[in-house]
Amino acid sequence: MVAVIRAHGLTKAYGDLVAVDGVDFGVEPGESFGVLGPNGAGKSTTMRMLGATLQRTSGDLAILGRDPAHEGPIIRAHLGVVPQQDNLDTELTVAENLYTYGRYFGLPRAHLRERVDGLLAFAQLEEKRDVKVDALSGGMKRRLTIARGLVNEPSLLLLDEPTTGLDPQARHILWDRLFRLKEDGVTLVITTHYMDEAEQLCDRLVVMDGGRIVAEGSPQGLIRAHSTREVVEVRFGSDRNLEVAAHLGGIGRRLEILPDRILVYSDSGEHDLQEIVARGFMPVTSLVRRSSLEDVFLRLTGRSLVDE
Amino acid sequence: MITGALATTAAVAIAERRARRPLSSVYAGRSHAILLRGLLALRTSNALAFMTGFVEPVLFLVAFGYGVGGLVGTVEIGGVEVPYAAYIAPALLAASAMNGAIIDTTFNVFFKMHYLGLYRTMMSTSLGPLDVALGEIGWAMIRGAAYAIGFLVVVTAFGLTTTWWALLLVPAAVLVAFAFASLGMTLTSYMTSFQQLNWLNFFLLPMFLFSGTFYPITTYPQWLQWVIEATPLWQAIALMRGLTFGVLDGGLAGHVAYFAVLATVGLYLTARRLDALFLR
Amino acid sequence: MTTAAATASPRARRPAALFVAEYRLRNMWKWRSAILAFGIGNPVLYLASVGLGVGALVDANMPGGVDGVPYLVFLAPALLATAAIQGGQDEVTFPTLAGMIWNRLFFAMRATSLTGGQIADGVLLASAARVLFTTVAYWLVLWVFGTVSWSTALPLVLVSTGAGVCWAALMMAVAANVTDDGGFLSLVGRVVIMPMFLFSGTFYPLSSLPLAVQWIGWISPLWHATELGRWLSYGMPMEPWRILASVGYLASMGIVGVLVARRRFERRLAS
Repeated sequence: MVAVIRAHGLTKAYGDLVAVDGVDFGVEPGESFGVLGPNGAGKSTTMRMLGATLQRTSGDLAILGRDPAHEGPIIRAHLGVVPQQDNLDTELTVAENLYTYGRYFGLPRAHLRERVDGLLAFAQLEEKRDVKVDALSGGMKRRLTIARGLVNEPSLLLLDEPTTGLDPQARHILWDRLFRLKEDGVTLVITTHYMDEAEQLCDRLVVMDGGRIVAEGSPQGLIRAHSTREVVEVRFGSDRNLEVAAHLGGIGRRLEILPDRILVYSDSGEHDLQEIVARGFMPVTSLVRRSSLEDVFLRLTGRSLVDE
Repeated sequence: MITGALATTAAVAIAERRARRPLSSVYAGRSHAILLRGLLALRTSNALAFMTGFVEPVLFLVAFGYGVGGLVGTVEIGGVEVPYAAYIAPALLAASAMNGAIIDTTFNVFFKMHYLGLYRTMMSTSLGPLDVALGEIGWAMIRGAAYAIGFLVVVTAFGLTTTWWALLLVPAAVLVAFAFASLGMTLTSYMTSFQQLNWLNFFLLPMFLFSGTFYPITTYPQWLQWVIEATPLWQAIALMRGLTFGVLDGGLAGHVAYFAVLATVGLYLTARRLDALFLR
Repeated sequence: MTTAAATASPRARRPAALFVAEYRLRNMWKWRSAILAFGIGNPVLYLASVGLGVGALVDANMPGGVDGVPYLVFLAPALLATAAIQGGQDEVTFPTLAGMIWNRLFFAMRATSLTGGQIADGVLLASAARVLFTTVAYWLVLWVFGTVSWSTALPLVLVSTGAGVCWAALMMAVAANVTDDGGFLSLVGRVVIMPMFLFSGTFYPLSSLPLAVQWIGWISPLWHATELGRWLSYGMPMEPWRILASVGYLASMGIVGVLVARRRFERRLAS
């Protein structure tokens, strides 16, 4: 079976600035594949190359066995694209957005009329059919954008930060819709910087930083490889953290001292917390939790603020 | 119900069929899908703005043709004295074709390009840059031609057309609108802010006021006449006046060729710019 | 409450509307080249095209002149009033739409010690400054063309400026009611400004139009300003009652505009 995506040494440079720097990865049919990374890591650039709307500078890229440099239109006919910003057509109604998008692919009118109804049901927007898209909530717009990306029955759906800016209810509804697509066998490629989203949706993911892939694996595998089973968070007050940390040697696998708290990466959080108390340091607050993808992410891409 | 993995769907089959034709990477043969979008947007959002475009040239015709015309009397053209209203009518027709096409391909196209993200959306489907260029220019051309035809009806109702040659004003208006639309869209593709677009008015208004719209350019010194004759609006006005008053000579063919070249070059440049902006 | 807050701050001794006007003028300074180009450039282009070009045709056809003066002299006060009215309108409609809808800056201003009415006053005040500037600059252009004289400069400039400000006040009241800007400005341009420009006796005596369209001139502030301008500039005959009527019409437009605009600003910014 042909792979959905094969990238080898994929590079995009704008003059001296290398946005994507020789990345290798592959995506198999039916897989749900995540691309994580801070702002400026090269996620969106990668997505646009996968979408055959941005030419690579060098390296090899095959989408469904085809080269986007030469077979752009055929590849794009296979794809559904959900860009970071909902670039819906605000001069049109909800149904007209779906209908015209289908016409861009050349799909016949009769076929589309039926398909638009199905997609409105999928996006739970039947009542909003003849409403201009300006009047929709953020979550509705996002669902409409996803529905629009499905007009041509894509075998690969590219989602660039699908739930950024949505409230928790809207996110959960959206995740549910994406799960259904996954069950139907659609291959998903998702960029996100929400770790819970990646853990929920992705079978496998890569972490990008500075245009390169810095880690690859399943969410659980990445946690195992780059973090511990549990994390203890203890606070001693902003001025004392550093001082206390000096006395915590030997506890846990690794300590991380932040301005407001100390993180103890640990195989058994309860045990290590007791050890801290036993050494005579009573934290103001303490929390034992399971390690998350967020710990991996921050470990790999650093904690300093990345500006847009 | 939503999809089947890696199936050859209808959209893919259409794209594969097209891929066997030449130019398939830039043209999918579906600019009509973009016209359809324009039509739906007109119905849903832009009807009022569209309708008011018919009014402006009529206002100018009444105010200048009859108001100022009362002061001017007649103007000589091709050895015949014609009323002032009849003199400016074909020029206003040319200007309305220009304005309809230019407004659509400058402000509207800029809005669609940078605020709606419409062309990026279109080009993430199997459409090519030439589809988008042809569709949008075609839409502006329809708009410009609609204004011109509406104005022609008014002019005829006022009794200002005298020969059947005036029917040729319709295809002439279409050609003029096509050329201005191509030019407008090419320019807009290089703009980065609305403010830059405003400066376009600094070319449009002088063209409107000084290209022989309201008085013969023979009042100018010779060198300035040459400059004006090179501008597209003067070319359009000369074409329209020639047809209106039945002054048919080799010059008309020259004007037609001028617009054919302008339209083709503009279309080519627009398609290239769209490709560079959204597919590179 | 407002005054208490204002006196508490050491810098807030000026009337509050001046702070808003200052912000507006700073903002205009950024657009100075566009203001010069369009505010002065457009009427200059019309002056050159219609005044000189069409004027040559008119003067050849009417040896006695229009109204007894050359066409260019006849046209000059009308274009002066046009420039004033257009300038005044631009400086209230754009900021009002921006402040209420686009960037909602007026709501931020209202969150300080400023009231809605003060914001309205400030915007109008800045617009008045712009109108005065435009009118003086354009008067100088007209002078270079030899169509106006120094002896009538002051009243002519004041009348045009006044007309521009009164119209601006009214348009600010209108713009304050706009909730969806979908093409409001271009609609006003096409449905209000353009007909006003063309049918207010700007380019020809209003009396030469059929009665069916003359009424546009009668309700148009541009026509009243133009008539006053022609009376002042070259002594066009005008009965005293008509002078009073025109001045009264423009002034009441301004007063109604200011009152309504203040009220609308108060209500809308408090919501």
